[in-house]
Amino acid sequence: MDKVMNRRSVLSGPYVVWALGFTVIPLIVIIKYAISDRTGAFTLSNILAIFDPVNLKALIFSLEIAIGCTVVCILLAYPLVLAISRLKFARSGFMLVILILPMWMNFILKLLAWQMILSSNGILNMIIRAAGITGFDISNTPISIMIGVIYEYFPYMVLPVFDAVIAIDADVIEAARDLGAKKGTVFWKIIFPLSLPGLMSGITMVFVPSMTSFVTADILGGGKLQLVGNIIEQEFIQSMNWNLGAGLSVALMIFILISMTFTVKKDEREEEEAW
Amino acid sequence: MVEKLKSLLSRFYILIIILFLYSPIAVLIILSFNDSRSRVVWGGFTIRWYAALLHNSQIRVALGTTFLLAFLSAFISLVIGTAAALGIASMKKRSHKLMMMITNIPMLNADIVTGIALMLWIIQFMPLGFGSVLIAHITFNIPYVILAVMPKVKTMNISIYNAGRDLGAGPLRAFFELMLPQLSGGMISGFFMAFTMSMDDFVITYFTKGAGVNTLSTMIYGEIKKGIKPEIYALSTMIFVLVLVILMIMNNMPAKEKRKGEEERGNVYD
Repeated sequence: MDKVMNRRSVLSGPYVVWALGFTVIPLIVIIKYAISDRTGAFTLSNILAIFDPVNLKALIFSLEIAIGCTVVCILLAYPLVLAISRLKFARSGFMLVILILPMWMNFILKLLAWQMILSSNGILNMIIRAAGITGFDISNTPISIMIGVIYEYFPYMVLPVFDAVIAIDADVIEAARDLGAKKGTVFWKIIFPLSLPGLMSGITMVFVPSMTSFVTADILGGGKLQLVGNIIEQEFIQSMNWNLGAGLSVALMIFILISMTFTVKKDEREEEEAW
Repeated sequence: MVEKLKSLLSRFYILIIILFLYSPIAVLIILSFNDSRSRVVWGGFTIRWYAALLHNSQIRVALGTTFLLAFLSAFISLVIGTAAALGIASMKKRSHKLMMMITNIPMLNADIVTGIALMLWIIQFMPLGFGSVLIAHITFNIPYVILAVMPKVKTMNISIYNAGRDLGAGPLRAFFELMLPQLSGGMISGFFMAFTMSMDDFVITYFTKGAGVNTLSTMIYGEIKKGIKPEIYALSTMIFVLVLVILMIMNNMPAKEKRKGEEERGNVYD
């Protein structure tokens, strides 16, 4: 048996080579760029540039957008998951279809459509003005960026949470009800704790891309509001300062790593408490 | 009464979310029938953008590149990823953990960082082009395949494979006929996930593509300032309808199988 297992691990050979060649080495290369200047001499100034006022402002703005979007996604996702799990055809993949289908429409086109919906003389304002309300305009504001980001990543929050909730044994919930638990208690003591692994992967999949979706900020922010992703993109595409771009990327990576270990640690603690 | 109201309320909520998810898509579908190049003026109903689509070679090339890229990267990822899942599952605890950590890197890293890191590395040994984009897509697709196949590997029954070997099946035949079929569910969802991710990607393609190559995403991004050609709306509408049909067909098939599986499991308890 042991021999079969050992021989089987050979199968991962191609992947080990691939992961080394295209996941690990590129990270080393970007770090090498980040810690050297144009002449190749060692410097930390590219990474520390994240503390320049302009860059720091973008980083903080990204953080605000990312936290805001993650929270809104969680708040929108749970009622949806619970509502769908009540339906008779919940398990039939209905949820999957309505969430995955929009992903097949090109995301830049969808952002342009949102731009048309949200712009000052767009569809939303036409409706609102028809209702007699004036002076309402969210085009080119952080809110319109958030709508775009939430739209993009909402499915990544719903799907893992849905998978976790639908996997909960119905008997457990019924037992709790039989023993007199109210609906709120059932949610907070059973459904929510058991959905935590799904919630955690949802948070990861929404939080990280929210910080860097520079196309969304470009299209829905009117070009004035910058996420840290916009700054990095400009260093590469316009300023052609690759070392600085790499430095900011590495700074971003370190930042995300720190905030992620924080969430994961918290997650472990909460899971212990739940049991 | 309260129960009924709650059920009505939850249906209403689902409807609101669907409205949120589909309103921009509705806008794009309407634009594909708009007889005006402007995005804000309704110029009457037309299907001429659908006809124009057939003659637009730029879109055709980008569409071909996008699908070829999605298919090749998903297929290569499927092969490497399935083998990797089988291998990693049989590793000792420490190397197993290390490999899963490396697998998580492309999924946890911001796309922009992954794209830039790959670009900075690849330009050192080959020019950017279709090849570099393919490498990049395979790199971010393999983890999806591994994560989809791994649960199946962990629950697969190795005795079936061993029994086949004992009864005289060669290792290859036993592998393809007795082991792989047990993984097929995970392999199919891994392949489709990889295909979708590749189709949907913009950022990583943008940084690794070089000058000559365009997928639909990068072509559309390049056209934002000049104005989007209405043919693109027509194409997107067609892809959307096609995927809708495919998803509906697929969704009806596994549902039946699953129900059958559940009944069988039910019998065990009886």
